[in-house]
Amino acid sequence: MNWTAAMNFLSIEPVRLLLYLVGICAFVGANAAYLVLAERKGAGRFQRRPGPNEAGWGGVLQPVADGLKLMAKQMIVPPGTDRLLFRAAPLMVMAPPLLCLATIPFGESIVARNLNIGLLFVFAFGSINVMALMLGGWASRNKFAIISSARVVSQSVAYEIPMLLVVITVLMVAGTLDLQELIVQQAGGFWHWNLFKVWVNPLMPVTFLIFFTCMLAETNRAPFDMAEAESELVAGAFTEYGGMGFGVFFMAEYANIVVGCSLATVMFLGGWQSPFGALSGGLWGPVWFLAKMYALIFAVIWIRWTFPRTQFYSLLNLSWKILIPLSLVTLLLTGAMIKLPLLLELF
Amino acid sequence: MSLFSAVRETFVGIKSLFTGMRITLGEAVKPNITVQYPHETLKMADRFRGHIKLVLDPETGKSRCTACNLCVRACPSGCIEVEGMKREGEKKKSVTEYNLDFTTCSLCGSCIEACPSDAIEFSKDYNKVSLNRADFDHMDLVKKLEAEAKVWAETHPSTSAAPAEANPVAPTAPEPKPAAEAPKSS
Repeated sequence: MNWTAAMNFLSIEPVRLLLYLVGICAFVGANAAYLVLAERKGAGRFQRRPGPNEAGWGGVLQPVADGLKLMAKQMIVPPGTDRLLFRAAPLMVMAPPLLCLATIPFGESIVARNLNIGLLFVFAFGSINVMALMLGGWASRNKFAIISSARVVSQSVAYEIPMLLVVITVLMVAGTLDLQELIVQQAGGFWHWNLFKVWVNPLMPVTFLIFFTCMLAETNRAPFDMAEAESELVAGAFTEYGGMGFGVFFMAEYANIVVGCSLATVMFLGGWQSPFGALSGGLWGPVWFLAKMYALIFAVIWIRWTFPRTQFYSLLNLSWKILIPLSLVTLLLTGAMIKLPLLLELF
Repeated sequence: MSLFSAVRETFVGIKSLFTGMRITLGEAVKPNITVQYPHETLKMADRFRGHIKLVLDPETGKSRCTACNLCVRACPSGCIEVEGMKREGEKKKSVTEYNLDFTTCSLCGSCIEACPSDAIEFSKDYNKVSLNRADFDHMDLVKKLEAEAKVWAETHPSTSAAPAEANPVAPTAPEPKPAAEAPKSS
């Protein structure tokens, strides 16, 4: 058993996929656990207090303590619930982010399965998350959970539209659904990133902002966390869940944030490309990718602890009256900017 | 017109969002203001009113109380009991027993105002918890003072020596050892 034999064994397709699957599960698990800590630490930082700091050095063992506590609790299925859906909802909410991460390229060659329709794949599975929350709320036979389900659906419908319009804008610029190809096109310094491609469309930064806002709304993050508005709906769709059932919903929220921020990184911030052209290739790819992703996650936490929760009507107004017209404008402008030179050549 | 104002409102709104984020980030880089209570405590304000206590006279290491009973008479709740005796070689009486019934004390401070020798003051002690009622309705202030004097004698060996010995020639002379024990033995 020598080195090359081991490498050959690892590069057999099923083995490689299995390893990636385990890796992705571990990545999502670790991120979900430690982003909860980061969130609480961030909340503390923004409010000038230290946050959890008793468990372990500076509170690094807090996620372990939380996890143990949740696992030690019984997961009660309340009487009158739809048992199958009630049990299935936590699985359905956790599975899509895991699947989505399979197509997300962390580096030049670090991707579990690069699909030529990667972007479509991610959005197709990303929308299952909404259904899982809705089913969980519906199956709970709890008024708060059902109200939350209704909110999740209407919010998701409202924000899916501008998000997809923005994605179409990026697609028109890039001309590919392949995430790896999308990143390769943004090579060579940050001015080549889709975010700053103002000569293609002067509204490209606005497009990014729309995408980011929609991402916040899709993942039910503050200031759009209507689905789990604690002051109104107890815990939203997962009011009736206890123990690790609740824990899985909680982890799925952070896993979805990871997916959303990864996607924003791939689509607008050049994925694993170096921002200066230098220090690229090899292990720098994942380093740049993770740096950009965590910067975006920091922004998500930053936003959560800056803005109060919006009203539900203003939430929908923001989408239908501002984001959708704006994303349509960027879409049309991009189309015009791409086609106008061709049109001018005719004359 | 309304479209115009809607667009302007959008821009103003977006600008306000960024202003808010700038402010929170500015706060985030400032130091913590939390006092980690069990590990660290704040200094109590001078006006804080805890239960009354006997003042430790740094010159003698004892109480200034002369058991004149003025505080007992000043107390509107009648929650103070004082016993005193005259020791040999001293002009005034000194306190032997000072019991406070803290369950009826209203912290009005009349006793402190009435005291002619500044022998009592509000303590800054707020960590008062007990399962025993007697710890509150029979607070033995003399005992507390003795405990305080012991600590004080250990932490200030030289300062208590100087006035007792009254030796102006060598105030920094390393001979406070017997003097420091003096208040303890008496």
